[in-house]
Amino acid sequence: MKTTIVIFKKQMADTLKNKEILIQFIMFPIITIIMEKVIVMEGMPEYFFAKMFSAMYMGMAPLIATAAIIAEEKEKNTLRVLMMSDVRPVQYLLGVGSYVWLLCMIGAAVIAFSTGFQGKQLLIYMCAMGFGNMVSIIVGAAIGMFARNQMMATSVVMPVMLVLSFLPMLAMFNKTLEKVAYFFYTRQIQVFMNGPEYDMIEGRGILIVLCNMIVALVLFLAAYKKNGLE
Amino acid sequence: MIYASQVRKSFGEKEILKGIDLEIEKGKVFGLLGPSGAGKTTLIKLLTGQIPADGGEVRILGKEVEKLTGRDKMRIGIMMDNFGLYERFSCYENLKIFADLYGVPKNQIVIKLKEVGLYDSIKTPAMKLSKGMRNRLQLARVFLQEPEIMFLDEPTSGLDPANTEEIHRLILDKVKRGCTVFLTTHNMAEAEKLCEKIALLNEGIIVEQGHPKEICRKYNHQKKIYIHRYDGEDEELSNNSIAAERLYRLMQEEQIETIHSTEPNLESVFMELTGKSLNV
Repeated sequence: MKTTIVIFKKQMADTLKNKEILIQFIMFPIITIIMEKVIVMEGMPEYFFAKMFSAMYMGMAPLIATAAIIAEEKEKNTLRVLMMSDVRPVQYLLGVGSYVWLLCMIGAAVIAFSTGFQGKQLLIYMCAMGFGNMVSIIVGAAIGMFARNQMMATSVVMPVMLVLSFLPMLAMFNKTLEKVAYFFYTRQIQVFMNGPEYDMIEGRGILIVLCNMIVALVLFLAAYKKNGLE
Repeated sequence: MIYASQVRKSFGEKEILKGIDLEIEKGKVFGLLGPSGAGKTTLIKLLTGQIPADGGEVRILGKEVEKLTGRDKMRIGIMMDNFGLYERFSCYENLKIFADLYGVPKNQIVIKLKEVGLYDSIKTPAMKLSKGMRNRLQLARVFLQEPEIMFLDEPTSGLDPANTEEIHRLILDKVKRGCTVFLTTHNMAEAEKLCEKIALLNEGIIVEQGHPKEICRKYNHQKKIYIHRYDGEDEELSNNSIAAERLYRLMQEEQIETIHSTEPNLESVFMELTGKSLNV
């Protein structure tokens, strides 16, 4: 636990120094606040931008941040130093994962409070974001472990990020894309959020989200077995 | 302290280490010399358990390297050329991460930075440090854990003489306090200065090992003395009574400006044994 906390604190200390990662955490909350306040159109669903951007945030920030952090540590060989200092892979991954999760949840909380989510709505929103962020972090960690360097991590993360974050948004405007997006957790979580009182949560949707989590874990384990943290 | 017997390692079809034997006693400096690609870094990785050997036995701190515990690893400091620093972090922050991991009090960070002469750069990000300063920061990181054994992979590679001298001083200071040092280098002067024992590694085989001076003496085939006289002439004397008389006379007449034995240096020995230069 002590080691995981050291890694977590190291990441926290790096937050303001690493602009590329910092922007991932703050970009969508800021855009959401601006859009929610500035664009008000008749007939537009309540919290339209908050819900749309939340799904994009979930599919983008944790994925990019986790993959980038791991890939950078591999490329700069700081990860090897940590491993030689008796940091176990699971401690490292928990430290990085919990840091990314916390910052993304702070971002989600900013979106929720600034747009006025309350009570049950707020609780379900935060739970949905918490679970979705976790799946994205696992996928990001898998990419970070699979990639040999930051360049490779970026090349792999971009198409995955585009699918996970943009597909739910595009599915709102295109029936064919909706059929594809249906199988992704980001779309399902967006659907959960779209119900006026979160009454869109259905068994099949939950099953799809859980299946996505299992797939993410399989990818993670495959990447770990192939490359580990080397 | 460090023991290896018939250690072998291959990467794919290529055999990098072909049966390495070595033994290093506590408190000694051991130098591994060889040209680039000889297998020096691979051997360090094997000895420190970073990669497994394909065959043979490696023991360190009295244990098989695979069985080292986390506590054991804390007794081993490693500085490798490819080991990174947290570029955006200051010298202090870089060491703080490891002080927290090792459970070392924070005041030790400042002490170690002073020890390696980086106190004035305590707030400087690693990305703004020169190569010599980066090496010293890496050494400070190693010193932070007060290791019993230090593995130093080319610690002075690419450094100017002043920085090299400073790092030599820091290493020797630790040795005086009982630390065992395993260092790789292709700098023969460094090996002669620091090491009590060296091994010459070529294409995965140790071709010779022993005390640097003993090795040089062993390959002193000519066994002659070169004299440069004040009148500008050179003389070559053999090791016999006739030469002794000649030498006596030259000394009496105060004609000798310089006098050298013909024993080779490590570079020449390596060249003789392998046909290669150490500085490849």
